[in-house]
Amino acid sequence: MGCSAGGMSALRTVLSGLRKGLPLPLVVVCHTGSDDITTFCELIDTSSTLPVREARERQPALPGVVHVAPAGYHLLVERDGTFSLSVDERVAFSRPAIDVLFESAASAYATGLVGVVMTGANNDGASGLAAIRAHGGIAIVQDPLDAYASAMPQAALDLAGADHCVPLDAIAPLLNRLCQQ
Amino acid sequence: MARAEVEDIEVELFARALQLRHGYDFSSYAPASFKRRVLNLAANAGCRTVIELTDRLLREDALVPQVIAGLSVPVSEMFRNPSAFRTLRDEVLPVLASYPLINIWQAGCAFGQEVYSLAILLEEAGLYDRSQIFATDISDAALVRAQEGIFPIRDARGYSDNYLAAGGRGSLSDYYHARYDFMKLDERLKRNVTFANHNLVCDGVFCEAHLILCRNVLIYFTNALQDRTLCLFRDSLVRNGFLCLGNRENIDFASAASAFTAVNARDRVYRRTGGAAS
Repeated sequence: MGCSAGGMSALRTVLSGLRKGLPLPLVVVCHTGSDDITTFCELIDTSSTLPVREARERQPALPGVVHVAPAGYHLLVERDGTFSLSVDERVAFSRPAIDVLFESAASAYATGLVGVVMTGANNDGASGLAAIRAHGGIAIVQDPLDAYASAMPQAALDLAGADHCVPLDAIAPLLNRLCQQ
Repeated sequence: MARAEVEDIEVELFARALQLRHGYDFSSYAPASFKRRVLNLAANAGCRTVIELTDRLLREDALVPQVIAGLSVPVSEMFRNPSAFRTLRDEVLPVLASYPLINIWQAGCAFGQEVYSLAILLEEAGLYDRSQIFATDISDAALVRAQEGIFPIRDARGYSDNYLAAGGRGSLSDYYHARYDFMKLDERLKRNVTFANHNLVCDGVFCEAHLILCRNVLIYFTNALQDRTLCLFRDSLVRNGFLCLGNRENIDFASAASAFTAVNARDRVYRRTGGAAS
């Protein structure tokens, strides 16, 4: 999942609607502009049905847990499902970048992957979502008209398209349904 | 065959070619970021595919420095993660002050931002004159840049903010000259610095260090290579010597981690309290 401006609120909404015991890992990149996402994770955690933690390098992405990319690093997923970090150049002016996460996850998970792009002010995530679709994964984009900041979901729709373009409130029910299949 | 699989094969062939032809072993680098760098290298070299890049790599020795530079992309800033430098200043330097001569190894110096930051820290603590700093990197191109100590002036403001947040005593501008679009760090900051090529994959112990800094290098290594490198650090440190890693690095999976005790876990500062060697 990726988002930036308006992302905290959007994440709180989505995470509060997820089914407890969801059998898949969730991984989030949110451009927060802060140096440390500890507080961000705590704030999201209070309204989430699933535990929210900062992703740690070398740890596996756990089912039923929401893992959030640390500040200042790109977050990647390896083929064995563990996290790794990078301090390479910013992508779409961002580090962590949604594109970097999505592209690595697409290689790692292929058809077993759902990518979600929500509210945000730049086009980070558009190429990443295209990569997810190219590898047979499913793309969900928040309806730009429904988003606090429409640039990010609009860019994703323009470049990658989507399997589902829905308002924020519909994302959690959709994820619950997809994860059952 | 799905696109991703072909790309992964190409990246693997590239790594094999680099090893067989030029002797560089990247087989233990974390695959996801390594793949990204290889794809970027190919694009920057004007190659349509990684196979094309591999073909050139096998036939053009002159490409090697550019390849090594591209595989060890050095993104850094002075006093990056200021709280770590503050911890170095407050908790590490006072202990180092008890040694008559201080050896410091900065592994993975990239373009030098961290070395010059360290030099400034030592100067302000009055410890520079009895310190020897070894700044090493796998990339000769990076070492040349590090030796120059020249950075874009647009970065000065950010570096200065970091310097102050790290507890800098004066002004960062005390330590550089601005000229046109660049800032050049004072020559005197490197009078006790030796820049040298060192490859953490295959090179060994070369000094007895009181402090090793290696920040955001091990993140690009597999667990096995991270462990090997931590063993190397353990064997390169005096008893109770310090190791400083990047602020989100995780050594839980390394058996060599048992040789280290956290001094400041949040800032990833450790002391070598156990293990082999001296």
